[in-house]
Amino acid sequence: MSAVTAGRSTRGVVDLVFRARELSIVAALAVLVAVTAGVNGNFLSGQGMKDILLNASILVLLAVGQSVVVITRNIDLSVGSVVGLVAFTVGDFLAADHGRGIVFAVVLGVAVGALCGLVNGLLVSFGRVPALVVTLGTLYVIQGLDHFIAHGRQINAVDLPPALLSLGNGTVLGVPYLPVIAVVAMLAVGYYLRSYPSGRDFYAIGSSPEAAGLAGIPVRRRVMGAYLFSGALAGLAGVLWLSRFGTVVADAANGWELQVVSAVVVGGVAITGGVGTVYGAALGALLLTTITSALVVLKVNPFWQQAITGALLLLAISVDRLLALRVARVLRRRNARHGS
Amino acid sequence: MAPDVTTADPADDVKVPAPAGRGRSPFGRFLRWDVLVGVLLVLVFIGGSAGSPGFASIDNLSFALGDLGEIALIALAMTMLVVAAEVDLSVASVLGLSSALVGALWDAGWAIETIIPLVIVVGAVCGLVNGLLVTRLGLPSLAVTIGTLALYRGLAYVVLGDRAIAEFPQQYADLAVGDVPGTPIPYPVMLFVVLAAVTGVVLHATGFGRSLFAIGAQEEAALFAGIRVKRIKLILFVLSGTVAAFAGVVYTLRYGSARADNGVGLELAVIAAVLLGGVDFDGGKGTLGGVIAGVLLIGLLRNLLMLNDVSTEIQSIVTGLLLIISVITPRLVAAAGQRRRSPSPTSSSTPPES
Repeated sequence: MSAVTAGRSTRGVVDLVFRARELSIVAALAVLVAVTAGVNGNFLSGQGMKDILLNASILVLLAVGQSVVVITRNIDLSVGSVVGLVAFTVGDFLAADHGRGIVFAVVLGVAVGALCGLVNGLLVSFGRVPALVVTLGTLYVIQGLDHFIAHGRQINAVDLPPALLSLGNGTVLGVPYLPVIAVVAMLAVGYYLRSYPSGRDFYAIGSSPEAAGLAGIPVRRRVMGAYLFSGALAGLAGVLWLSRFGTVVADAANGWELQVVSAVVVGGVAITGGVGTVYGAALGALLLTTITSALVVLKVNPFWQQAITGALLLLAISVDRLLALRVARVLRRRNARHGS
Repeated sequence: MAPDVTTADPADDVKVPAPAGRGRSPFGRFLRWDVLVGVLLVLVFIGGSAGSPGFASIDNLSFALGDLGEIALIALAMTMLVVAAEVDLSVASVLGLSSALVGALWDAGWAIETIIPLVIVVGAVCGLVNGLLVTRLGLPSLAVTIGTLALYRGLAYVVLGDRAIAEFPQQYADLAVGDVPGTPIPYPVMLFVVLAAVTGVVLHATGFGRSLFAIGAQEEAALFAGIRVKRIKLILFVLSGTVAAFAGVVYTLRYGSARADNGVGLELAVIAAVLLGGVDFDGGKGTLGGVIAGVLLIGLLRNLLMLNDVSTEIQSIVTGLLLIISVITPRLVAAAGQRRRSPSPTSSSTPPES
């Protein structure tokens, strides 16, 4: 490509590519839904859509929390175990004490989750220990704690207050509660990150922790806040998990941490920090959930699901990387021309 | 054009090089984490022998060591990767894929002698895919191997589904659980000793090993010093996949069962052992001796807890706590040392890297 063709429109091209992440996920979703619905009309039925939304909501919540952490160039692998721990302990509590209501459940769940996040945050931000190692450690500890408390028991839906179960399966004006909660969380966090100076801090820290520190950003406090928030959302997700499924065993959300990280990465949040939006992460979570449902509807051998998810994740990060390289090249060429 | 290549690399997150051992007090030399892990290992061994009858018996130790086989093997390759500031989370999935392939091919009537080399080649290809994505596209290995973790595990299910293939002839099972004649040492442990010796020499006594530390400490500097960073990383990933596939064969024969979900979550145990052994996750620091002590410490501790009927839940908590303590203690020690040396309160503005 010569410099002549890379003309006036380069700025537009560059801007489009930068914004393309959310657009390309939406496009992928649209193609996926169209093809699947074309093969099997039931895919777009009310019940089918409702199931996808319900399944996606919990993943969306976790992805929103995770992306705040990943944007600061950290990671939280303990979220899956936090969901499991909260789902079990809150369920256990409600089963033992029928007088407790739904508000109490949510507060208790968020508190337990925030406590886990506090431990992660303290270790990462004040211990200055690599986040992957810390949260790998707390993954083990929280999982072990969960199994220890559960001791092979399980929580049954009949023991839970009906109000909690109707939170998981009920609707408001025809829309289930769970997606509403997830969307509200996403919009609130997205607005905060974009429009508040303290929200912009998270991106600054992810781009360069040293520079952010020198610029006077309270790095430790922000990273601490990111973990606290991720933990609290994981706690909320645990309560929603309980309300959605009713029956819970100790290893409820085992292995979900990788799904969550996948959703975040597919959604365009760079694992190296500083780049991405919670909208992208939420769309990534929705895309992953929709793929799973589509594979079921298309009667694809369920054994292929995990392989397809993995291949998709690799495809997403590769395409993202190639686009970034191309943008960098275009920018460099433009700068060179302007400089001469 | 070399500078162009590097600006396109994700090396914009250049790390501050770790001050390697310089200016350490003589006392600090003994406070090195890998030495502490070794001491802890000896203490656990002595305490275990005194407290739990049967712990120090040849049979039990032989069993405990055999049980560690796959983790120990994979940890050798993982150590080299982490020293070079990369990580391979897909190892347990490669192990599962290799186990599934062994089962499926055996079921199809192939001979074990043909299956094993083939499976190891598949493992090398898995590693090659990881390595190419990391080195050619410049993607972070964490993200790549989370993707291939799902992909390879998925392929394992595609190959074998949820079937379990058992019925391997006794002579092959003996290779995985039997002892070297005349000794209480299981074959896989023998193999590990040989491979560990080779890895130790390569890592600590050759130019290749030094270049791994250089890459981990400062990739750009290593590149400008003439180290072929990408080629070396590619080799490491291929090695990691190869070893993981081999561990899959050992695992399959040891349990006498080929399953697609063999070794799920094993990658965390390997990484825990490597980090417990004092290898810095940011790269550039660590010793193989420390890693071996870390693997043994986790293994013996779990064995000891098991002998005392402590539940697997507590074992998992102990592993997690050990992991956290192992990364936080050296930093606290370093921070304390730094404070003693420089009492100026302005130190908070400079990033005190480990």
